[in-house]
Amino acid sequence: MELFQWGTNPWGQEILIRVSWDLLYLSFWAGVAFIVFHLIYAAVWLPKLARANGGGDAAEGGAGAAGIPDKIERHTLAARLFHWIMAVAMLVLLVTGFFPIVGIQFPWVTIHWIAGVVLTISIIYHIVHATFFLDFWSIWILPADMAEAAARVKRQLGQDGGDVQKHAKYPLDHKLYHTAVMLAGFAVIATGLVMMFRIENALVARNAYLLAEETWGLMYTLHGLGAVLFIMLTLTHIYFSLRPDKIWLTKAMIFGSVSRDKYLSHHDPKRWDVTTK
Amino acid sequence: MAVIRDKMPAFQLFQPASTDEALGVLDRYGADAWVLAGGLDSWDWFKDRVQKPAAVVDLGGIASLREIRGIDGGVEIGAMATLREVIRHSELSGQFSLLTEAASRAASPQIQNAGTLGGNVGQDTRCWYYRDGWSCYRAGGNICYADTPTAMNREHAILGASRCVAVNPSDTAPALVALDAEMVVVNRGGERVIPAQDFFIGPAVDIERMTALQPGDILTQIRIPSTWAGSRFYFEKARDRAVWDFALANVASAAKVNNGVIEDIRIVANGVAPYPVRFIAAEDAVRGQQVNDQTAAQAGEIAIRGVTPLAHNGYKVSLLRNLVARSVRDAEA
Repeated sequence: MELFQWGTNPWGQEILIRVSWDLLYLSFWAGVAFIVFHLIYAAVWLPKLARANGGGDAAEGGAGAAGIPDKIERHTLAARLFHWIMAVAMLVLLVTGFFPIVGIQFPWVTIHWIAGVVLTISIIYHIVHATFFLDFWSIWILPADMAEAAARVKRQLGQDGGDVQKHAKYPLDHKLYHTAVMLAGFAVIATGLVMMFRIENALVARNAYLLAEETWGLMYTLHGLGAVLFIMLTLTHIYFSLRPDKIWLTKAMIFGSVSRDKYLSHHDPKRWDVTTK
Repeated sequence: MAVIRDKMPAFQLFQPASTDEALGVLDRYGADAWVLAGGLDSWDWFKDRVQKPAAVVDLGGIASLREIRGIDGGVEIGAMATLREVIRHSELSGQFSLLTEAASRAASPQIQNAGTLGGNVGQDTRCWYYRDGWSCYRAGGNICYADTPTAMNREHAILGASRCVAVNPSDTAPALVALDAEMVVVNRGGERVIPAQDFFIGPAVDIERMTALQPGDILTQIRIPSTWAGSRFYFEKARDRAVWDFALANVASAAKVNNGVIEDIRIVANGVAPYPVRFIAAEDAVRGQQVNDQTAAQAGEIAIRGVTPLAHNGYKVSLLRNLVARSVRDAEA
């Protein structure tokens, strides 16, 4: 398996062209392998763990539950709109980017760059919205997450991890996923915007001399790396969104809210305070 | 980079006697196999050492692929029929002179004796950046060397480019599209019939191929339906050297004219885009109109809408406009 594609320029020099499309298949099958592994883990390991911990997480009332409404807003309408616009743009980008490579051919370039621009605008909107209008730090990995993660790993391994805290608004796996998407997303968006100068489009004039040949190769390679990573990220994201035990999160991304029971089952009111709303 | 040498790289040569036998070899070698028709395009590739197939499948020994026969008022032409056999075929020259005229303008008499109709429509682009073996888009790279400010792109596309600006060089291709021909393609999975208009594909769909042919495919026949038999035809090829050259632009039209009124028409040009371009908007505009200078000029103006000339091929805009106009005005029965 090759990692990169190399070519020859008019001066006879070997130049980097892009990632090898072997990575496309690797990313796809890595995603499938993760899903299979998780299915086995969820069917075999999780029930054992739940029995060992006396039935797993339960909705707890008590003093901390006072003042919590029946429905808790998890995602604002603006946040949900962003998510679905970004999701559609991302799926269009994956389809238009990779279907022609696997043999399903159609005029894809125009659709691809338009979807890329839509994704870019939605991401810019998200950055502004999340920074100034949402709880900015809620999605970032913080020291408290590491302590929680360590305790959970210990519990998974059958060791005494002490009391495992419930999550704040977003559990660590969501934060890790967000970080991966952010890094891959910045890679494809930044390079994709530069690559607009190589194609006919309505926004910028073509200029093949904008960058040196080696730099163009680097742009295509980074774009490809981010893009193939998104295959695995998207597969696993869709898998989790469809799992019966996670479907309440998917519904929250559609309708905006979670029930009081789900909130108390999965979240620590001290770490995600909803009573003040 | 291409290195022109006397000797070609070694390959296994197969000379099957039947299409089935040829398909077996193609199936065995997959993308490492090369289908050889007349060889006029292939030998260049091999001698330049840009294409180095492991196996070459010479279709010259399959007699059935050379037959030309009438079917339902139309004609079925074996893909291995030489251009000369096409030119001299009485039914073709009588009913579909657009094709024989186009074939007679291809290359030189010597090449017409060896070159086949299938090879002429299936030939690769002549872009020298691509044929020199550099890693351009069409060769799997990420740049079009012909579409840079200092590039030599006098012969390149003004229409239909998408990253790659190479043009389709075939003279018979626009005639076949104008005649609404069908291409019969076989592989181990069976047979498929592709309208000529869809047989040629541009870089927006697949930047590394000019036709719908995939590894393992053989173009076996080209069927011309009776639809345009005996219509008014026009073919013109503009080239640098009248004796032997690829088209800077060519145009083919088939028209049904009654009492000086255009009842139906198909206008197709090649050499201006990566595929034979059919000017449907121009056809719609002139349908139902009198054949005269005004109608012709209108078709020419519509044909050049959306052109994007490169640094050195702006002349193709007026060339195309005039060729299309003449193809409407001067079509003859």
